[in-house]
Amino acid sequence: MPASIRSIFDRELSRIRDNLLRMGSLVDTAIDRALTALGDRDVALAREVIEGDAVINDLRFTIEEECLTLMATQQPTASDLRTVVAAMNIVNDMERIADHAAGIAKTVIRMGDLPLLKPLVDLPRMARVAREMLKKSLDAFLAHDVEAARAIAAQDDEVDHLYKTVFDELLGIMARDPSTITRGTYLLWCGHNLERIGDRVTNIAERVIFMTTGTMKELNTTNVADTRRV
Amino acid sequence: MSKIRVRQLDFYYGPSQALRQISMSIAEREITALIGPSGCGKSTFLRCLNRMNDTIAGTRAVGQITLDGADIYATDFDVTELRRRVGLVFQKPNPFPQSIFNNVAFGPRVLGLTHALADRVEQSLRGAALWEEVKGHLRDSALNLSLGQQQRLCIARVLAVEPEVILMDEPCSALDPVATLKIEELMRELKRQYTIIIVTHNMQQAARVSDRTGLFWLGELVEFDRTTHIFTRPTHATTENYITGRFG
Repeated sequence: MPASIRSIFDRELSRIRDNLLRMGSLVDTAIDRALTALGDRDVALAREVIEGDAVINDLRFTIEEECLTLMATQQPTASDLRTVVAAMNIVNDMERIADHAAGIAKTVIRMGDLPLLKPLVDLPRMARVAREMLKKSLDAFLAHDVEAARAIAAQDDEVDHLYKTVFDELLGIMARDPSTITRGTYLLWCGHNLERIGDRVTNIAERVIFMTTGTMKELNTTNVADTRRV
Repeated sequence: MSKIRVRQLDFYYGPSQALRQISMSIAEREITALIGPSGCGKSTFLRCLNRMNDTIAGTRAVGQITLDGADIYATDFDVTELRRRVGLVFQKPNPFPQSIFNNVAFGPRVLGLTHALADRVEQSLRGAALWEEVKGHLRDSALNLSLGQQQRLCIARVLAVEPEVILMDEPCSALDPVATLKIEELMRELKRQYTIIIVTHNMQQAARVSDRTGLFWLGELVEFDRTTHIFTRPTHATTENYITGRFG
């Protein structure tokens, strides 16, 4: 690419990065608000999270469109190509993360006035770790930081471990008292959504490693089902 | 399997060294693309492969190039036979100011391959994907053809002497996008039978058509690998910087 084209490419790529970070911020807020809605039993806030999901979906298509345009008009190669492809994959994972946040919000609406089965302890912890992972993954994306991306996979183990704790605890309560099954299942759904968020962020970390090194490799080969068998 | 093997090739124009310690193996029936900025030595290297540089006074090659194991710079190697086996297609189409038929028949006549000449001409034009367009006008002047057709005629001219390797020095640089795509499609057809080496400034073209790509830089072969590897995850920073437009 001649210098003039390179500067156009850099400008377009910078716009994609900016939008990707904006999307990350919206997704992070969605997780935070979904958990707040769950803790506060705030149905109105839950509805806002669901409505906000449409904005995130639109932003995802905007970024994908920008990536396609960049590929069609600038024909990026090597690390440039990997960055654009990684961005397309990352926005797809972030869109799914937002869906999981919306999934929690929908559960809050379904729960209506039913009292919480138990005080929320591990679910907010899972959310905290997952949000931290998301932030770190986007920082790693910006900095092309492979080590930081690898560390994110270790944090996903923490999310999986917390999910196992929640799962076992809720299963125990429901087994002892079947009248709690409905309320227990609602919380299990929330836990499952958070566990999947951790997996999606791990995908983002994998894309950062691919973008930086060109290596495609799954970071966490054990899934939560394996964890539960331990 | 390697068709051509190059070992520690140095090349000089008088006192000026144009190539330094080039070593590479060119696989049979593959398309090898050579890329790099102007003056990097890629065309000089291409012309070493059929000793076209011998025609330039004061040039000197040191090292070894083998074709099917035979040293092409050995004193007893027949250069005329080498150039029949290793044909060259130039940057600009250069048809002779003669009929289409005579352009293709020229090489075979020089080499005494005149038996069933019309069949040979037809097969060569078919091989160059030109037959259907010119079969009714074989006696017309080649200069009346479009540039894209002229370039395919030049390829037919090379095919007519039954080469094994086809060298192409920027074969599409004078052509429009449609004619370029036709030549690229033709190259993919030809590689079933021939070993093709192409010098190109068009990196997208190298990415589209070639199996392997080599980057030349200041007379050295910086990186030579599978094309998919070069364009998605090059090993050397120089390659990365060149193909992403950070220099060059």
